[in-house]
Amino acid sequence: MAHAHDSSSERPAILDKVRPAELPRSPLILNNRGFHWITDKVCGIVEEETPLWWKIMFGVALFVASFTFIGLGYLVATGTGTWGLRSPVGWGWAIVNFVFWVGIGHAGTLISAILCLLRQKWRTSINRAAEAMTIFAVCCAGLFPLFHVGRVWFGWWLLPLPNQNGIWPQFRSPLEWDVFAVSTYFTVSTLFWYMGMIPDLGTIRDRATTWWRKAFYSVLAMGWRGGNRQWSNFEMAYLLLAGLSTPLVLSVHTIVSFDFAVSNVPGWHTTIFPPYFVAGAIFSGFAMVLTLMLPLRAIYRLHDVINQYHIDNMCKIILATGTMVGYAYATEFFIAAYSGNSFEKFAFVNRAFGQYAWAYWIMVSCNVITPQLFWFKKVRENHSLVWIICLFVNVGMWFERFVITITSLANDYLPSSWGYYSPTIVDIFTFFGTFGFFSVLFLLFVRFLPLLPMAEVKMVAPQADPHAH
Amino acid sequence: MNERNERIHGVACTFRKVSDVFHAAEKVRDAGWKNWDVHTPFPIHGMDQAMGLPRSPVPRLTLLGGVTGFITGCLLTWYMNSYDYPLIVGGKPYWSVIFPFPVLYECTILFAAFGTFFGQFIFNRLPRHNHPLFELPNFARVSDDTFMIVLEARDPQFHVDESRNFLQSLGGQEITVIRD
Repeated sequence: MAHAHDSSSERPAILDKVRPAELPRSPLILNNRGFHWITDKVCGIVEEETPLWWKIMFGVALFVASFTFIGLGYLVATGTGTWGLRSPVGWGWAIVNFVFWVGIGHAGTLISAILCLLRQKWRTSINRAAEAMTIFAVCCAGLFPLFHVGRVWFGWWLLPLPNQNGIWPQFRSPLEWDVFAVSTYFTVSTLFWYMGMIPDLGTIRDRATTWWRKAFYSVLAMGWRGGNRQWSNFEMAYLLLAGLSTPLVLSVHTIVSFDFAVSNVPGWHTTIFPPYFVAGAIFSGFAMVLTLMLPLRAIYRLHDVINQYHIDNMCKIILATGTMVGYAYATEFFIAAYSGNSFEKFAFVNRAFGQYAWAYWIMVSCNVITPQLFWFKKVRENHSLVWIICLFVNVGMWFERFVITITSLANDYLPSSWGYYSPTIVDIFTFFGTFGFFSVLFLLFVRFLPLLPMAEVKMVAPQADPHAH
Repeated sequence: MNERNERIHGVACTFRKVSDVFHAAEKVRDAGWKNWDVHTPFPIHGMDQAMGLPRSPVPRLTLLGGVTGFITGCLLTWYMNSYDYPLIVGGKPYWSVIFPFPVLYECTILFAAFGTFFGQFIFNRLPRHNHPLFELPNFARVSDDTFMIVLEARDPQFHVDESRNFLQSLGGQEITVIRD
């Protein structure tokens, strides 16, 4: 900032003559809201009496979550045969749902880490909620592979521990890489989320009026005092965690895609998978961020801190990544045709026109066609429409994983082994319930933790600039 | 440190505007103070320079964590797949840096993140719940919209009255003596 001041005195004379137009920067905080307003707004969400809508939603979320526990309970008591898995489709909804939920998580890390490194200040209003979404989505994702092992009490075989015969995990397996990738992702995201929250927890602690509230938030705030000597270390650690999360988030979905790409099943064995999966993950994640933030913005009247500029940016990212995903679909077809490999060619023609063509066209219309509406400003300004489009994107991205997993397995090399996969009611219960499980966690977060990063939002306010006059 | 200051933690004053506290901090730095701090609700851009703080040491622990993580990953995969229970898979070597690379990569990031996270706590001397500043009634506003400069008694320049006058000359309000 200081540098900009010095240069203004010695600007070229030509600039006075041509008088270039000032490029207006969209304000991040509307209506000139001050620091105290931001504190009151965010802490108010935690401090107010539990609103009725929250209680109702929490009840509904618990009810929905119970479906997962019924599904999983039945599965554990009976065996994985209760899922619709049978030869040739040995990977059904479980892997589809796993990739779907992990993908949703990616937008949180993208917002908190990559946009931080790119100095996108608009990220500040949404990064806390998006990071929370990441962590809860990974919790949902983790359930599926854990229970897919069949005998869940042997789940610890995934960890680098010897089993009763002294055998260790095999590190040549992409599934073992996945264990490391997803557990590292969960751990680092949680550390990043919690560390970013410490100053805000300090604010809630300082405003606490009851002893239990004071005690609860004091423990969480770790005695934060906001001294600049602390901020200096904090900022450095935050930047480093952002720098570490960036290669991490790219590696996680890359490794998830290796689960497919490292095999030699037609339709899976392609090098495009890592970038294609990462783009899709960011695409679905941003859709989920908007799905969650638009209602919260309306309920808590956060219009001054999450304004049209933020929504525009997110819509444009959805548009960009949606188009990338569409491009990846086209490239896959081109490479299949160009490869001269008849199995590869068949796999793709079968996707679009075979027995799962219905799923393929749901995927294309939701992922490629629907987000193109975001080219229009009118659409981006109509928030109900934005919300509906985001739901379509979520549906489309689930179908993408369904198409990739199921079509390739159901019709592979030998026509004699072909089959048609359908989920069972246990599959449906388990997946449906995860939305409740996710909502339970997210509602608890909204109620008890700072929804917006107060310190970071204050930091991008115009009055936070020490050289402002 | 003289006898009088033994039970005193320091003196504090508050500011309402970012530019005021920023320029006041520059003056405290120029006066040669060593043990002092600026408490703010959010990190102020350029305050490290205004206070004359050195670069944060957190990256050292990040590097240490990263190197430890990579070596741990190598040892882990080598011990399990090549030393303790060697298994021939596809006629390949028992261990190379290539096949478990995703594991090494994730271990590097995981340990570097631990180094960073705990480094922040170690260098900030946190958690600490009993700091004398928490006894100040107006300290609660520092996490909201107020800025506070604290001159600590352990600084060789500290003298209660002179330090108070100094803070007054900087334009600080609500000048308070903090008891230990």
